[in-house]
Amino acid sequence: MSATETTAKPQVPLIYNPKVRGIAYQVLLCGLIAFLAWGAISNAIDNLSRAKVASGFDFWDTTAGFDISQTLIAYTNTSSYGRAFWVGLLNTLLVASLGIVFATILGFTIGIARLSKNWLVAHMAAGYVETIRNIPLLLQLLFWYNAVLKALPELRDSLVLWGGVFLNNRGLFLPHPVFKAGASAALIALVLGLVAAFAFRFWARQRQMRTGQPAPVLWVALFFVVLLPLAVFALSGFPVEFDYPQKGRFNIGGGMEILPEFVALLFGLVIYTAAFIAEVVRAGILAVAKGQTEAAYSLGLRSGPTLRLVVIPQAMRVILPPLTSQYLNLTKNSTLAVAVGYPDLVQIFAGTVLNQTGQAVEVIAVTMAVYLTISLITSGLMNLYNSRTALVER
Amino acid sequence: MSDMATTTDTRLMAGPPSFVQTRPLDPLPPPMKDSGAIGWVRQNLFSSPLNIALTLVCALLIAWVVPPIIKFMLIDAVWDGASRADCVVQPDRPQVGACWAFVIDRIGFFTYGFYPIDQRWRVDVFFALLAFGVGWMAWLDAPRRDLGVIYFFIVMPVLSVILLLGLPAIRLPSVSTEQWGGVLVTIVVATVGIVASLPLGILLALGRRSEMPAVRMFSIIFIEFVRGVPLITVLFMASVMLPLFVPDAWSPDKLLRALIGVALFSAAYMAEVVRAGLQAIPKGQYEAAMALGLGYWRMMILIVLPQALKITIPNIVNNTIGLFKDTTLVFIVGIFDFLKSIEVGRIDPNWATPVTSTTGYAFAAVFYFIFCYSMSRYARYVEFRVAAGDRR
Repeated sequence: MSATETTAKPQVPLIYNPKVRGIAYQVLLCGLIAFLAWGAISNAIDNLSRAKVASGFDFWDTTAGFDISQTLIAYTNTSSYGRAFWVGLLNTLLVASLGIVFATILGFTIGIARLSKNWLVAHMAAGYVETIRNIPLLLQLLFWYNAVLKALPELRDSLVLWGGVFLNNRGLFLPHPVFKAGASAALIALVLGLVAAFAFRFWARQRQMRTGQPAPVLWVALFFVVLLPLAVFALSGFPVEFDYPQKGRFNIGGGMEILPEFVALLFGLVIYTAAFIAEVVRAGILAVAKGQTEAAYSLGLRSGPTLRLVVIPQAMRVILPPLTSQYLNLTKNSTLAVAVGYPDLVQIFAGTVLNQTGQAVEVIAVTMAVYLTISLITSGLMNLYNSRTALVER
Repeated sequence: MSDMATTTDTRLMAGPPSFVQTRPLDPLPPPMKDSGAIGWVRQNLFSSPLNIALTLVCALLIAWVVPPIIKFMLIDAVWDGASRADCVVQPDRPQVGACWAFVIDRIGFFTYGFYPIDQRWRVDVFFALLAFGVGWMAWLDAPRRDLGVIYFFIVMPVLSVILLLGLPAIRLPSVSTEQWGGVLVTIVVATVGIVASLPLGILLALGRRSEMPAVRMFSIIFIEFVRGVPLITVLFMASVMLPLFVPDAWSPDKLLRALIGVALFSAAYMAEVVRAGLQAIPKGQYEAAMALGLGYWRMMILIVLPQALKITIPNIVNNTIGLFKDTTLVFIVGIFDFLKSIEVGRIDPNWATPVTSTTGYAFAAVFYFIFCYSMSRYARYVEFRVAAGDRR
């Protein structure tokens, strides 16, 4: 009797069985979430019907009835809310993509400057990074907008810059190029030049692989991409005219206007993000072991090719993931446009459209979905790149 | 030959000749151009044509930027005055710099917002309680840090809520959050962000590494969703959608809604920081804990989390810096934080001058810079100290 008891599997009470417990916890969690979600939804339906707010996306095709100060696609105040959404999205993408380009240039410059052997350069770069990183972006934006751009002269005392450019507190007014008939030839030349440059690069690579003979790819590419279209442009007699801004008493006609809101937002985003990119770049370059540079030197490479062929490819592997997250941060930070009144997605859609329709749930959900999609696509591409360039270990 | 040798020997015996040094000479100093200040300048500033050019460009840039700033901030600045008249250009004062008189005059407003003046001591006590708690947590060798954790995450929040909101039962008149403002709100948002986000973040991080699929999925979805959207949209959601989701009677006030948004947002970021720390703990630690018969929670609380959190302190502090800067965003959903008080102050007709905006922003920048920079120095110090433990 007692022998069977000792050989039998020890009986664990159900409550101490880890599997049962795990399932119980999960059921509990799911139940809790479901209960909260049900409560939230039923409350929302209740509150919305009491406030007589419509639901669904019927508002998408309704007339918006408000103006937008900067539109990349045709838009008037008789356009629909859906159209306003696309205007806002394009404005967001415009400021984000320009911001990414400039922040990358500035950030790489400062990151490399911080590693410079020149004491003054290195310390100035460090001072820039420390100062900018420790001041909130919103404060910087407000400073650029209210203290710098709004303090520019009034329209009638506009600063006249070189080449018919006006600068005042309503924005920057540039000559607007108007291309005439012959201009398409130059465009075709540019496209052909690009194709030729890539073809030459491909051929040069193949030849270098075969024979070890390098070719001056950069100069040939510059010839194809810059000189060739310019020559065609000149031959067809410079078929372009500039529509110069004309200063009137109360406004400026013609030309191309760049809003101060846009400039403030772009400035703020570029200056702020560049400080972070600089740190990313510095960390990446420091992460490449010194032995790599020394090995390249001992193989007879000079400092240019060493940097280009040995250090940067390895540093890029470290730099790229955090660089991408900085790009995403810049895109997300562009929502601070609200504070300076630049018509981006949040300002137009989660601001004006939300206030006019009152359909908070739909509007906020769409706005979040847009940013979430951008984030997910970017991180998806990043993972793809990462898996292709990750170190292959034995 | 042997003759020669003997003569040499006897000469040596007689002692060295006078022209041979008995002691080595002191080394000559390095040449002037390679040592001292000149050498340093040559090596660090003028080592190559490119460097000479860079140095000159930088020096010009500094000469162009720095003197005007100093002139504006200090030399031409107005330190005392009672109204805008003291900060505008007058015939006897052609140059007007920063109007610090404005900041000095409105400092109470910037600090407390509309908090009733006779009750402002309560805010000061709150600041003192908070400073005490932060000091206790930040001083790594402080006595009884376990009590410090209880104080910081339980006692201090409860005391602060009673103190700031008021409790008529103990003769503290209640002050609604509408009257809060300025630095008080900024500090409250940042404190709530960190006090709420750390425990929540730890739970989410544990959830993300859990073996239970439902828990893991929920944590991943929450973290990735929140990290994928901008803080503003989270704040918008908290301020316009939250009231829809709860019964009318419970509808939280404006500040609380923003606080919930900030807490959820920073919890997601904190979770990723903690997860990185958890991943850095070797598997042997988990296994050893299990071999000792510890259950999940005791394993985590006694063995894993203390080690993981220790190495994550620098990242937690860096996260806090981000959170502190992000508190400015509550201004967009209509909360009266420090930056908003500057915005309101700078357009106050009593003080509106061409320099008021710049002065206000400069003051705010200095305020945020001091907080963020000292936090980042602290993070670096902890990083160094933690690394010192591993260097042994």
